Amino acid sequence: MSDIAVSAQSITKVFGSLSGGLRALDDVSVDIKTNEFFTLLGPSGCGKTTLLRLIAGFETPTFGSIVLEGVDITTDPPFKRPVNTVFQSYALFPHLTVAQNVGFGLEMLGKTKKEITHAVDEVLALVRMEEMAHRYPSQLSGGQQQRVALARALAPKPSVLLLDEPLSALDLKLRKQMQIELKRMQMETGITFIFVTHDQEEALTMSDRIAVMSAGRIQQIGAPRDIYNAPTNRFVADFIGESNFLPAEVAEVGMVTLANGNKVPAVVPDDLVTGSKVTVSIRPEQVELDPAGEGVLAGTITELVYFGTDMHAHVDLGDGSVLVARVQAEADRSLVKGEQAGVRFASGGLRVVEDGS
Amino acid sequence: MTLEAGQPRSLEAEATNRRIRRNWLLSLPAILLLLVAASGPLLIVLVYSFLKPGDFSGVVWEPSFNAWFQILFSRDIFDDTVGLADAHLTIFWRSVRLSLSTTLITLVLGLPTAYFIATRSGRQRTFWLFLITIPFWTNLLIRTFAILEMLRNEGIVNNSLMSLGLIAEPIQILYTDTAVLIGMAYVYLPLMVLPLYAAIERLDFRLVEAGYDLYANRLQVFRKVILPIIKPGIVAGSILVFVPSLGAYVTPRVLGGGKNMMIGNFIELQFGQGRNWPLGSSLSILLLLIVMAALLFYVRASSREEPHG
Repeated sequence: MSDIAVSAQSITKVFGSLSGGLRALDDVSVDIKTNEFFTLLGPSGCGKTTLLRLIAGFETPTFGSIVLEGVDITTDPPFKRPVNTVFQSYALFPHLTVAQNVGFGLEMLGKTKKEITHAVDEVLALVRMEEMAHRYPSQLSGGQQQRVALARALAPKPSVLLLDEPLSALDLKLRKQMQIELKRMQMETGITFIFVTHDQEEALTMSDRIAVMSAGRIQQIGAPRDIYNAPTNRFVADFIGESNFLPAEVAEVGMVTLANGNKVPAVVPDDLVTGSKVTVSIRPEQVELDPAGEGVLAGTITELVYFGTDMHAHVDLGDGSVLVARVQAEADRSLVKGEQAGVRFASGGLRVVEDGS
Repeated sequence: MTLEAGQPRSLEAEATNRRIRRNWLLSLPAILLLLVAASGPLLIVLVYSFLKPGDFSGVVWEPSFNAWFQILFSRDIFDDTVGLADAHLTIFWRSVRLSLSTTLITLVLGLPTAYFIATRSGRQRTFWLFLITIPFWTNLLIRTFAILEMLRNEGIVNNSLMSLGLIAEPIQILYTDTAVLIGMAYVYLPLMVLPLYAAIERLDFRLVEAGYDLYANRLQVFRKVILPIIKPGIVAGSILVFVPSLGAYVTPRVLGGGKNMMIGNFIELQFGQGRNWPLGSSLSILLLLIVMAALLFYVRASSREEPHG
């Protein structure tokens, strides 16, 4: 029990009327472990922020309950929950200095001046903002405001820290740097982080586990590597990284028949019977190009997109579908637009995915 | 061919000079109007406050500080001893007290009203703001007489209280300080609501959420987050209500009867029955100084609010 920090149990959240309103979350259940860096990942409108706000207490679920360290907090107001939020807009108090902002939560908890000063110094050191303690938020850059927002949420030492797309307003370089720092802070403080983002790369870099969300439901929960390598459905395969999708038919155990009749090995769930129509996915880096006449599929190279070290080759299979292959730009200079090519799949790359969203 | 650098520049300078001259010429009517209509009379009032009163009205052109002396002190008619002018002090005190009370009442009533309006959706907001501004379309005197009608012994307030059985006979509200206070609060309430609305409308409600998130309950969020952020609006509204309240004339005249004078009525009295123009002038200047002090306080309070940078 105690190794579960937050448990969302059958949460449904409807904005507006029950019948005609917007169903932001639809029967979502998830257990987030203590000391975990847990990411809610999905496109905008998938319900990830709503779930975060339910945990923070800014919204109450229509159905279901939220349990924090074994205590049902479903109806508690935000100020009674040992949970703090880093807001996407930072929401720093403009009339207070950095130190006063960071000390706000502790002050409200009734801590003494001495305790507050001590804790504020400590947490400002953690985010490396000691020198800015007496500035006002309007005197800080975006990145600095971000650190203060983080410090303010960490200062009361919450059981769980909620982060609502905190890095989305930063430029790329700063974002990369903060990703590493966030991870460091999570390790140093040992606080459970629940991180909301729409950036799959961010999620893969930082998380211990990821919940991929879409249309108010959780599509898949797992470690970044599992989610990337073994997406269970088409949405996850498409949203995390890039994927090619091909129609196929289950042939026998571990084999599928492609549209042109060739049988190839693939990861097939046990519950599928021979002859079932399925969709198989394959990552571009697992597609290999051969000279014309070889491989399991044949097509025409219609486009070559250069990316520096890599290059994307678009191969028209002739039946209307286009396959993207990622090849090393230097090694495959032989590829020419308009030429015929054979297609081969790296072993273990092809897998059957559920079609549903 | 060489370009002479000096020549085009001097042409340019001349054009600039011409533009400045033309701008001066264009603003001359406005400047004259300001000098004649605003500064001129003010200067006359200032000069009159240092003269002696004429026997029946007007002034005698003899320099004197007597008017300023009279504001606070009175000389006994019989033995020439100097004492504090109690009647004057009573009027000053009533003016300040009623103006402060009016400011406080409008603030307490205006804050929830402004909050309510600012948290409505766009079209509802326009509707409520429209309602707030409607009274401005009617003459102040007419509105004040409407209040008088309501506060009368046989007016709607007393009648409803009696029919409800709360009181046995009419209570005397009219011609008391309470009546003046009610009237002024009514008249000046929009002046409080509008700046408060503007301040609350700009308030980022994510800050309120951040407050709740950081263990502040509703009251604490109001005191520690909302109040400091909307403070400029509160100060602006308070000044907008306090300043005209202090100089109010119509409302205390109609609702306060002749007895419960405020500074404005007292000044009027000096130019009329009192036949003491210098005293009236010195009182006017004093009122002006108080108002300016209030405005100065506003400027300092609102500039301190903005952190630099």
